[in-house]
Amino acid sequence: MTTALSSRPEATPSHPTPGAFQPRQLWRSMPDALRKLDPRHQVRYPVMFVVWVGSVATTGLALADPGVFSWSIALWLWATVLFANLAEAVAEGRGRAQAASLRRTRTETVARRLRADGSEETVPGTSLVVGDLVVVPAGEVIPGDGDVVEGIASVDESAVTGESAPVIRESGGDRSAVTGGTKVLSDRIVVRITAKAGETFMDRMIALVEGSARQKTPNEIALNLLLAALTLVFLLAVVTLQPFAVYSGQAQPLVVLVALLVCLIPTTIGALLSAIGIAGMDRLVQRNVMALSGRAVEAAGDVDVLLLDKTGTITLGNRQAVEIVPVDGITEERAAEAAQMSSLADETPEGRSIVVLAKERYAMRNRFASQLPHATFVPFTAQTRMSGVDVAQRDGAWEIRKGAASAVMRWVRENEGHPTADVGAMVDAISASGGTPLVVAERRPGESARALGVVHLKDVVKSGMRERFAELRQMGIRTVMITGDNPLTAKAIADEAGVDDFLAEATPEDKLALIRKEQAEGRLVAMTGDGTNDAPALAQADVGVAMNTGTSAAKEAGNMVDLDSNPTKLIEIVAIGKQLLITRGALTTFSVSNDVAKYFAIIPAMFSGLYPQLDRLNIMGLSSPESAVLSAVIFNALVIVALVPLALRGVRYRPAGAAAMLRRNLLVYGVGGLVAPFVGIKLIDLVVSLLPGL
Amino acid sequence: MSPVLAAVFQVALLVAVLAAVHVPLGDYMAKVFTDTRHLRAERVIYRLGGVGADADQRWPVYARSVLAFSFVSVLMLYALMRLQAHLPLALGLPAVGPDGAWNTAVSFVTNTNWQWYSGESTMGHLVQMTGLAVQNFVSAAVGIAVAIALVRGFTRHRTDRLGNFWVDLVRGTVRILLPIAFVAAVLLVIGGAVQNFAGPQEITTLDGAAQSIVGGPIASQEAIKDLGTNGGGFFNANSSHPFENPNAWTNLLEIFLLLVIPFSLPRTFGRMVGDRRQGLAIVAVMASIWTAAVGVITWAEMRGFGTVPQAAGAAMEGKEVRFGEAASALFAASTTGTSTGSVNSFHDSFTALGGGVTLLNMMLGEVAPGGVGAGLYGMLVLAVLTVFLAGLMVGRTPQYLGKKIGRREITFVALYVLTMPTLLLVGAAITAGTPALVEASVQDPGAHGLSEILYAYASATNNNGSAFAGFGAGTPYQNTALGLGMLFGRFVPIILVLALAGSLARQQPATVGVGTLPTHGPVFVGLLVFVVLVVAGLTFFPALALAPIAEALL
Repeated sequence: MTTALSSRPEATPSHPTPGAFQPRQLWRSMPDALRKLDPRHQVRYPVMFVVWVGSVATTGLALADPGVFSWSIALWLWATVLFANLAEAVAEGRGRAQAASLRRTRTETVARRLRADGSEETVPGTSLVVGDLVVVPAGEVIPGDGDVVEGIASVDESAVTGESAPVIRESGGDRSAVTGGTKVLSDRIVVRITAKAGETFMDRMIALVEGSARQKTPNEIALNLLLAALTLVFLLAVVTLQPFAVYSGQAQPLVVLVALLVCLIPTTIGALLSAIGIAGMDRLVQRNVMALSGRAVEAAGDVDVLLLDKTGTITLGNRQAVEIVPVDGITEERAAEAAQMSSLADETPEGRSIVVLAKERYAMRNRFASQLPHATFVPFTAQTRMSGVDVAQRDGAWEIRKGAASAVMRWVRENEGHPTADVGAMVDAISASGGTPLVVAERRPGESARALGVVHLKDVVKSGMRERFAELRQMGIRTVMITGDNPLTAKAIADEAGVDDFLAEATPEDKLALIRKEQAEGRLVAMTGDGTNDAPALAQADVGVAMNTGTSAAKEAGNMVDLDSNPTKLIEIVAIGKQLLITRGALTTFSVSNDVAKYFAIIPAMFSGLYPQLDRLNIMGLSSPESAVLSAVIFNALVIVALVPLALRGVRYRPAGAAAMLRRNLLVYGVGGLVAPFVGIKLIDLVVSLLPGL
Repeated sequence: MSPVLAAVFQVALLVAVLAAVHVPLGDYMAKVFTDTRHLRAERVIYRLGGVGADADQRWPVYARSVLAFSFVSVLMLYALMRLQAHLPLALGLPAVGPDGAWNTAVSFVTNTNWQWYSGESTMGHLVQMTGLAVQNFVSAAVGIAVAIALVRGFTRHRTDRLGNFWVDLVRGTVRILLPIAFVAAVLLVIGGAVQNFAGPQEITTLDGAAQSIVGGPIASQEAIKDLGTNGGGFFNANSSHPFENPNAWTNLLEIFLLLVIPFSLPRTFGRMVGDRRQGLAIVAVMASIWTAAVGVITWAEMRGFGTVPQAAGAAMEGKEVRFGEAASALFAASTTGTSTGSVNSFHDSFTALGGGVTLLNMMLGEVAPGGVGAGLYGMLVLAVLTVFLAGLMVGRTPQYLGKKIGRREITFVALYVLTMPTLLLVGAAITAGTPALVEASVQDPGAHGLSEILYAYASATNNNGSAFAGFGAGTPYQNTALGLGMLFGRFVPIILVLALAGSLARQQPATVGVGTLPTHGPVFVGLLVFVVLVVAGLTFFPALALAPIAEALL
């Protein structure tokens, strides 16, 4: 993943994502758009309702006094309403296609419910209630959302995530949540149901992509209010124009006044506002994120602080050996060999990385544990805090140990060895650099123990993270790394990754306290989490993204769920939130800027008969008053259709500071909005003037 | 010196002095309204008025205090005028009629100072001094108080308290308006303005005619008339009368007085919110629009567009030869850019373009720089609107100075922006659409007549007070309608501003960083200028097209 929106996560879901906007969608949504002409639907959108009323009025006027002009105006006003409906219908249609494919996977399931005495009974999946225990053997579909309370199984979750590789679900821990509608592939689990039928994750997801659960977000409500106020201002300007016109000696035909009103009120943004909101949610769905409230999407744009877990988000997740440093005059080869030998049976990622490093960097021959028949491997225990191998030789055992510095040093001393200060210094240096030192020591038969070298284990920061964080900083977003490491290690990794701050030795309580503190200082916080102990912090955060692999408590607490369980996606979510707001702002600005040109088209057309000098304002040189008014109305309608793709796709978003972003968007949508209609209306006028009878 | 050069020098001198004065005055005003101690004189006033000076008011209480104070002021002023004949120092003038007294009472309390009458022949010294002059002070102080309350909405956090109206009112009067007005009055007297208690003097002019000349406490009235952006002249001729405004220097001083507080309040705002750049941005917007207005009017008047001025060689009709075109244009732009409405020339006689700009200046909502206090709160409301529109374009829900502009805030802003145009357009449309009313009040036919109607209602609803002289406002209908326009045009916005302030003060401020919309710097200044022009332009363009635009394009 490079920039926020230009690429998709590697695990591209196999969902039927609608992809780019296609003109065909307009055509297919026509029946829906026609249905939306119902005034009960229109009245919810003040701007478009005014246009609707205007359409009815002009139709009445055209019927009473037919003519090419009045009919043309009436027709194009209806077209304006229809285009607005189309925009919404297309946006909804994209979601509906996804919902349909989700529904197909949600077949009627039969559940094997456990009775209190332990016997099974077969009931329909829809009759399950919270707390029921159900048994799901291999090959069956899990009947509802719940937690695994017994057993372990591999589960195919492709119905929800689109990811075909099966995942492991087991009782206890953070991987216990299962989703209804997914399929158990192997083994058998017992699930405690946590959501009743109709309120499962799948149900919520379907409602979400369909848009049926969509509520207007706070900013959308505020914008709607402003648009309503603007509509009122223009209504006032047009209504009072008639007495002024009468006073001046030329009353205006009602058709023209209605046309003027429709051109002035912010129809462009009014028509596209709900499509923008639906499309914003849809963009999240396409990235496999389920926002459980629209408010959260908006909040994502406002986020000031990102809390990112170190492991898996900033670093690759496992520490890796990057160097083996010999001590006390030991050769590199000897130290590397001992390190390799001691790790052969160590199946932890750290252990394997030592074997790999020894082979690749120090050209050790590739050994396998099975090739050492005389070896006894000493496993790691919490008490000894070291592991190793005893190789039986003629005169005794060759013991090699590897582990935490203090433990290995004690072992050396207990075996008559005298580690020099060299070892201590190396251990401290590695710790200070944020790495984890592992000391390797040996005791040859008949000799005293000695330290051979120090293995430098390091958290490897994912590539590209530094640039990402720099980008975020540019956008004014601070990143805080959350880790269980000690402060020294945490600081080193934080410096390497380029995050702004870190929280070391973090407990869930620390996390919650940090979020509260940031919020008290007026910042909005976003975080990801998957464990049950993350739940309070997820609930407290303004944007809490729960991993789909997480527990149901975490998913309940967050306001978004990432089906890919990719914590880095938080950065994309922020970008989508911002893009949604920018699209709204850009189209509002465009819509209002458009009015300037429309005035220059319509006002001279209305009054140049009365005051011929006003024709000097007809700077577009429109051919006749009728054609000028009609051209403005047609432009007004067509611009809605022209902007549908933009509304659905969202305006291009590149991370930048607010000042730079404002300058750019003002130039494109503000200045563009001033200029575009002058060109558009003129071009339309060239065509319209050819209409006979106008 | 060529007239053009003289005009430029005059403006440059004015700008230089304003630039120098706005810093200390702005800082001083910030200190006045954040000071925790009361002066002894103020404590006496609070005790007399029975005011708990340390009580912090919630916005509804603050608003009620403003309304109660103004209501009582209207009543007292009305009574004073109705009872004039029975009071001393009346100069033998009769009581003022009911509709006229209502109109004048409202006019002075709303800081409009619309005068349907001739001051010298209607109001005696007592009414002038204890009624009109007192309102000149306190109506201005009310404007400042409301502006400061709005600023507190930005500076205060998580509280429902906006300060104490009575304290703000008294401090504005005692610590700001009185001292400056006193100095200004002395300067005006030095400049030659009249200040005495004389009654009318009968004299015989050189050509033998008898003339009655009225003296009076003119300089003192003049000082607060301009300083408080009131505009109500002692004489009907207002600042073109030689007793009010004797020469070019007093003329410049008067222009300075009417601009000085409005141009200094943004500094106060910047100081109080702790970021002087915010104040600078606001003052830059005001100054840009004001400079443009001065430029266009001066150009229009000096070029003298129109048949008659071209024939006569200059657009001098309705202007004093003592001042000439440039000083008249400068005064006109400043008096309509503020809510003053005093005039040193007659806007009705300006060229169509010049007169049109004075009209537009008011239709902008008088924010460049606007009336004392009213200019700042008007501009801040438009800044909030700008932030709402542009803020989305940086990918955040809009916030201004850390305060989110949400549903509540935008509701108050939208209603504020709707109020004045509604009153103006509906009022003007009723007059224009009623032949009897046109017959009674409109002197000129056609486009110019419509300009007169629009000007009267723009002036009243924006609390300006100047007039296109051709409009006969002294009829019972116009006195009542314009009075209502002044009343609602003043107090509906004030209530909305205070509600906005209350809503802002309640908020926990969000952080301001590189990701938030910068509300200083040239881009924001340019944007705010654009929004100010577009909001008014889009609302009034159709009406203006039929009036000054149709006239100017002829």
